[in-house]
Amino acid sequence: MNALEVRGISKTYPGVRALDQIAFACSKGSVHALVGENGAGKSTLIKILSGAVAPDEGELLLDGQAYAPQSPSEAAAAGVSTIYQEFNLIPGLNVVENIFLGRERIEKGLLDSRSMRKEAQALLERIGAPIDVRRRVGTLSVAEQQLVEIAKSLAVSARVLIMDEPSATLSDHELTLLYNVVRKLSSEGVTIIYVSHRMDEIFDLCDTCTVMKDGRSVCTRPVAELSRDALIQLMVGRELDTRFPDKRPPGTGEIVLEVEGLRLEQRVRDITFSVRAGEVVGLAGLVGAGRTEVARAIFGLENVTAGRISLHGQRHRPQSPSQAIAAGIALVPEDRKLQGLVLGLSIRENAILPTLRSICRFGFVESRKERQQVAKVCKQLAVSASSVEVPVMTLSGGNQQKVVFGKWMAHSYSLLILDEPTRGVDVGAKTEFYRLIDEIARSGKAVLLISSELPELIGMADRIVGVRDGVVTGEAMALGATEESVLQMIAR
Amino acid sequence: MAIVESLSNAASGERFSNHAYRRIELVQRYGILAIFLLLCVTAALSSPFFLTPENLLNVVRQVSVVGLTALGMTFVILTAGIDLSVGSILALTTLAVAGLKPYGPVASLAGGLAVALACGWLNGFITTKGRIQPFIVTLGMMTALVGVGLAYSDGQPVIGVPVSLGWIGRGRLGGVPVQAILFILMALASIVILKKTRYGRHVYAVGGNVEAARLSGVAVDRVRVIAYCLSGLFAGLGGIVMAAQLNIGEANLGKGLELDAIAAVVVGGTSLAGGAGGIDGTIIGVLLIGVLNNLLNLLNIPAYTQLIVKGAIIVIAVLIHAQLSRSRGR
Repeated sequence: MNALEVRGISKTYPGVRALDQIAFACSKGSVHALVGENGAGKSTLIKILSGAVAPDEGELLLDGQAYAPQSPSEAAAAGVSTIYQEFNLIPGLNVVENIFLGRERIEKGLLDSRSMRKEAQALLERIGAPIDVRRRVGTLSVAEQQLVEIAKSLAVSARVLIMDEPSATLSDHELTLLYNVVRKLSSEGVTIIYVSHRMDEIFDLCDTCTVMKDGRSVCTRPVAELSRDALIQLMVGRELDTRFPDKRPPGTGEIVLEVEGLRLEQRVRDITFSVRAGEVVGLAGLVGAGRTEVARAIFGLENVTAGRISLHGQRHRPQSPSQAIAAGIALVPEDRKLQGLVLGLSIRENAILPTLRSICRFGFVESRKERQQVAKVCKQLAVSASSVEVPVMTLSGGNQQKVVFGKWMAHSYSLLILDEPTRGVDVGAKTEFYRLIDEIARSGKAVLLISSELPELIGMADRIVGVRDGVVTGEAMALGATEESVLQMIAR
Repeated sequence: MAIVESLSNAASGERFSNHAYRRIELVQRYGILAIFLLLCVTAALSSPFFLTPENLLNVVRQVSVVGLTALGMTFVILTAGIDLSVGSILALTTLAVAGLKPYGPVASLAGGLAVALACGWLNGFITTKGRIQPFIVTLGMMTALVGVGLAYSDGQPVIGVPVSLGWIGRGRLGGVPVQAILFILMALASIVILKKTRYGRHVYAVGGNVEAARLSGVAVDRVRVIAYCLSGLFAGLGGIVMAAQLNIGEANLGKGLELDAIAAVVVGGTSLAGGAGGIDGTIIGVLLIGVLNNLLNLLNIPAYTQLIVKGAIIVIAVLIHAQLSRSRGR
């Protein structure tokens, strides 16, 4: 019998048919991949499965029984748990309080903290996560928070666990941990619906796979019958050209950025590397190795306690991002929604923000120049939207990230720092970003690329600098490097 | 526009289609206007005096002090802050204006505004440098400034402002009360600042996402400090109008003003979370509360009942507004 069956589910929003006759089934204890480009309708389907949204047509069967959850709590009671990309954790509460939120154990009218703490510890041990359960969730790393989310859904004895891009923010080491957790759960009979953009994990981890495109389910097949290229083709509906652009000739330009013996208040202990004009240098490391902190220091957001950063041979000590920007640095930050964009403002207002000064006279915005500049950027980056006046929150992930890149296109920077530039971006759009990064490097800019995706680092960078626990552990030319050789540098 | 191509991407539920989004925006922008017009029609039908020019001018005159204060409050709330000290700043300004009478009208005006500006700056400085929530800072300031005023005036009203200033509070220009003209001019200036200047753009960015604004090179703290300065200045202008009108300075004059101003801003659709809303909404919010007061007076409703009705209608207006945006958004 199928653990979950989806029959002819459709959902229409004003002006758009989000889902059109979606149908597939997954068997008990299987890991079922749900793939498709951004906007294919995966998020809407997940919301319907988890009871957050009601479908217009169609029915769901759970273990052969009709299943029509009216709310996420009804879905959870029926045994369907969802871990969203944006976690539903409360930063101010500790791990135990989060795991038992809404299901607190009461003993004689008071919280039974001891039994909840023990249970939480047991759950985290079960998935091999060494997290102190008394820590406030806000102080945990993203990866640790995800483990808490998984423990939380295990606590309600889920029969079906839906994971929306669980790996998007994990480094490879943590990914292995996640794989183990998923395999363990599936062997215990939990059915897992696994949404992902990463080809590797679909082939390593999943048994069956449903491909979605433009709100329809294209096909459902055992993963073993598919090849990587065939799957990508099903998703995008066209043949992809080579994912990465050809390697640029080795950089011989002047040294733009030089970091020597950098030490910060947190994490970073001894970092040394340099980036030349026209060169892409990749910083490889696990989450928490200190890569983002290095970027923040260069951008004026961290206190340097020892060592030195130089820009064009001059000492560089920015006290704020505005000083770093004035010195010719641009940053595409790690989290586009929290750090990259003002979600409620339009494409125009976001894209112009860092360079507003250049189109102002006496403090007044010159709207003609503004429109011209924004139109130029949107055209250059092929941002797809009905108008530049729509708020960026209405855009797909890939288009949002294009706007984040677009912010810097009119700035005359010499160093571009990219922190996870293609996170949560679909396969087709990734290729576009790779081409863009290549163009930027070829035009003589220095690029510092931070990424948790090793193929991306190897494919895009000229040189790769390995970082582990805040210390540089090695440096290698990307040409000839393999995922294994890079992993050697950064794994604990 | 060079970037057309309609987007099939807006499919998932958390994103709105452009179509739906525009409808929400329409409701947010004009919903409260509709409620306001409805109230005006009700007023016109219930009292023949409501639509007389004299009465309408009276409404605008009565709202101008709250209105001026609400303009400054809009800037602060747009940056995701709050200013509870505006009433006290207004009171201190009236004392400065009255106290500086011997030095002539110019010194009196300049002194009043300088006091107001200094208080606003102090709010902003403590909030940003001390990283303390503005609610706390301005709450403390609200109490402390009343104390400063009482200490300065020995608890007594200071009688008399420069004679030529009386015109601001009681005069008319082409039949229109001068204070109403002041409010309208300041409202227009505020719209221009928010819509047309770099500073205005930065206000929305800081309120919408302070981290993204900082990483885009916006001097976040300066934007906030200036917003509190503007709030102080506008409260100070309100104080000048009030001193000129009543011909006194008094330390307790602005009691409760902060709540009226915040109510006007919120009724006008500006989000307390920051980053969304604007002066156009605030103007309607101010007028809505003014017309409501006027209507209740014209109907001879007793003062205590008026408070109940006023409070209820403010909440109901915001409720209807929120319901409209939500139901049409689906």
